[in-house]
Amino acid sequence: MAQPMVLTAGRESRGYFGTVARRFMRHRLGMVSLCFLTVLVLLALFAPLLTPYEPNKLVGKFSEPPSLQHLLGTDQVGRDVLTRLLYATRISLLVGFAATGIATAVGVVLGLVSGYFGGWVDMIIMRFTDMVMSFPYILLVLVAAAIFKPGLWNIILILGFVDWPGVARLVRGNVLSLRETAFVKADIVAGMPTRHTLFSEILPNTIAPILVYATSVVAISILDEAALSFLGMGVQPPTASLGNMLNGAQSLTVLTSKPWLWAPPGVMIVLLVLSINFIGDALRDAVDPRNIR
Amino acid sequence: MMRYILKRVLIAIPVLIGITMLDYLIMSLAGSPLSMMTGPRVSQAALEARAVQLGLNQPWILQYFTWLGQLLQGNWGYSIRTYQPVLTMISANLGPTLLLMGTSMALGFVIAIPVGVYSATHQYAKGDYAAVTLSFLGTSIPSFFLALILVYVFTVRLGWLPSGGMVTLGGGGGNALDVARHMVMPTLVLTASLAGSNIRYIRSSMLEILRQDYLRTAKAKGIGRYLIINKHAMRNALLPIITVAGMELPMLIGGAVIVEQVFSWPGLGQLTMSAIMSRDYPVIMGVSLLSAVMVVVGNLVTDILYAVVDPTIQLK
Amino acid sequence: MNDTSRTILLQASGLCKDYPVRQGIIPHTVGSIKAVEDVNFALYKGETLGLVGESGSGKSTVGRLLVGLEAPTAGQVLLNGQPLGLQRPRGRGNQGTRLQMVFQDTFSSLNPRKRVGDILTAPMRYHRLVTPKTAWREACRLLEMVGLPAAAYERYPHEFSGGQRQRIGLARALSLKPELIVCDEPVSALDVSIQAQILNLIRDLQQEMGLTYLFIGHGLAAVHYVSHRIAVMYLGRIVEIAPAQALFTMPAHPYTKALCDAAPVADPALRERERTVLAGEIPSSIQPPTGCQFHPRCPHAQALCARVQPQLLPCASLPPDHLTACHFAEALLGKGREDAV
Repeated sequence: MAQPMVLTAGRESRGYFGTVARRFMRHRLGMVSLCFLTVLVLLALFAPLLTPYEPNKLVGKFSEPPSLQHLLGTDQVGRDVLTRLLYATRISLLVGFAATGIATAVGVVLGLVSGYFGGWVDMIIMRFTDMVMSFPYILLVLVAAAIFKPGLWNIILILGFVDWPGVARLVRGNVLSLRETAFVKADIVAGMPTRHTLFSEILPNTIAPILVYATSVVAISILDEAALSFLGMGVQPPTASLGNMLNGAQSLTVLTSKPWLWAPPGVMIVLLVLSINFIGDALRDAVDPRNIR
Repeated sequence: MMRYILKRVLIAIPVLIGITMLDYLIMSLAGSPLSMMTGPRVSQAALEARAVQLGLNQPWILQYFTWLGQLLQGNWGYSIRTYQPVLTMISANLGPTLLLMGTSMALGFVIAIPVGVYSATHQYAKGDYAAVTLSFLGTSIPSFFLALILVYVFTVRLGWLPSGGMVTLGGGGGNALDVARHMVMPTLVLTASLAGSNIRYIRSSMLEILRQDYLRTAKAKGIGRYLIINKHAMRNALLPIITVAGMELPMLIGGAVIVEQVFSWPGLGQLTMSAIMSRDYPVIMGVSLLSAVMVVVGNLVTDILYAVVDPTIQLK
Repeated sequence: MNDTSRTILLQASGLCKDYPVRQGIIPHTVGSIKAVEDVNFALYKGETLGLVGESGSGKSTVGRLLVGLEAPTAGQVLLNGQPLGLQRPRGRGNQGTRLQMVFQDTFSSLNPRKRVGDILTAPMRYHRLVTPKTAWREACRLLEMVGLPAAAYERYPHEFSGGQRQRIGLARALSLKPELIVCDEPVSALDVSIQAQILNLIRDLQQEMGLTYLFIGHGLAAVHYVSHRIAVMYLGRIVEIAPAQALFTMPAHPYTKALCDAAPVADPALRERERTVLAGEIPSSIQPPTGCQFHPRCPHAQALCARVQPQLLPCASLPPDHLTACHFAEALLGKGREDAV
């Protein structure tokens, strides 16, 4: 009865995530961005070790152009711009990832529950999601920022709250189609508990699109935090944020004659967001089911 | 068909109510507008009297229903700060915003559709790479930074364009050309990010569609490439384009807040910002309502257009 | 099959499953699809009961009702004389494992993200049938039993062919040592040559391990190959149930007769044989025909057939284990014998 089975001999059996990682690495732009981003993150993380100055201490004359002492010059009150830049990058990264983390966690749980159990639960959660999604985004963020005293953690919470509906919708859609697959039914027939089915069978099959979506959420969160800080509703001075560093550039004198004050933070934002977007794009290609056997 | 529309409209109403209620709740947590008016010359008694007059001492839910009741009678309330009717203030500022956002959104699509389609049909060509890179840039540059750069280039260095406002102050301003000059930079900023994200979306949707088997069949049947793209593929590409347009519709109202601040463009964005700063409830609620209506209308229009373009949607 | 070991393993009585149909702006129930109506049968230990029918006959629904994927609207199932709680999940231990299923879609029946070994061992470990240490050995034993090398443990489902995946599906069903395995069209999606292999595997396993199967299918040939008895379903009801060979040689219900006639025969000389060809299409399950559901298409229908629902009863001229639901079975059988002569 037992027949010799010919399996593709010699090839190492790769799991799903191994395949995805391998395909990601083939994406030149994505890899470059990933390395670049890693460097930035490291720079930001180790900022205190890299810079001789404190970001909020007055260490020089006002608005000095770049020099050997201050590689990017000093700002209007005499703080070292390069130091502030690095610390501000930290903040932006923190906000980006933390807000995304919150949004993803909440969105995944709600999406799983809503999609799997259906019925009343689904309807209530979906109505609520619709409502939050229908919220005029800018308005909600601005009003919320105006109310709760602006500050780092408030910004993170607000952005997290605004972004979770997208994740929830995405997860719910995937769960709805996965729920009907035979292996989920097999789990039910085998008497496996619901939490196993949800987290061990369904979730791994939907992580890929979640991850891709999450990268865009990180990018958006970073941009939003910068915008809010620019308007004065985000991270407050004296703490440095890429957004509030650009605030000063609204005056024409600064804009015209002191480019070192506003160009670096702006360029940094662009670099951060651009690399995150490229990584997200490469991820999207890497998880494309059409190409995975 | 009518039933489908009716069903959608019916669903939209409780959503609207829910949104505005939530808005009101959040706002009332923000604190009283009167806290902005305190000063050494304002007595506590006067403040309290004012509070009663404005109805601020009641629980928020009552305030909400008062507002709603007034609204249904056509009264949008009066600004706490300027004492003008909210409706007047909004309509005065609506025009400039619509002009700005409308132009930008239209331009966004006019650019994005041909570029996106071209990019998808000529994948891996130089044009594709250029388009993709530009679109990435467009979505990665914060609007205020791009605005600053543009002002630096065009106002400071070249002196071609004014740096802010809608019309030149002083005599001689106000005509169409003048407004147009003032509009160039804000429109550029908005169009850059709109076009950027639209191009990405249209390109990827088009790529999806082009891969479909029925197009391979058409090609195998010998139908020319031109017809394939324009007749078969574009019809299906309409759906994602409608999706995007529907999602962007609400931005007509709220999308320009930052840009209006930077360029001092006298639109709804500026109105909203100052209302938020001074906790001017009626104005904030008015703008919120308008935004929410736009969102709901946007969804509704999208759904209806879907049903028109793809008749099977109604069955779902 | 051994006649003396006929203990009833499972008894289904009065099984019904309705799906409500909702319409309108304010959704309300306008009717219901009667997928399964008043189904009664018994399954004896160690046998295979085949369940045949067209799409829409309700056969898959019956299978799903038994394993707990759906809850019946009415009716009862007794397993070893005890009522079977038909809700899932049933918790650890015995309750959760007694009925298992093999699915039709080989591709989606295995989680593509998991290794075969994990797919096999997870349920066993949950139900404490093995310890983490013995899990691997048990999984390898199962793999061998279904004809796969132990190396398959490390592989992912997409590395296997359809037939091999179905073997894994069987192994998974076996892993929980069930009393009954419901096979829901397990070979319908496979190539014919592979079908034969899997069917043989199913039969061999039954002989080795004394398994009991409910084999659901729409191809008479495959069902006939593995089943001891066969039940024919039409529009949610069982219209005939008989030992496999008897069903073929002596179909008592007109529908069964048409099904048997429709099966292609290899002998060209029999190409022009007389066949019952059914007119019309299978009617909607929302508004089934009155009386005998089959009467609109039945070549022998009489006025009585439109009024009265026939019961599943034995015939006088047939052995007592051959039941059919037709008012005129006797008469038709007699006529059939005349014609054959």
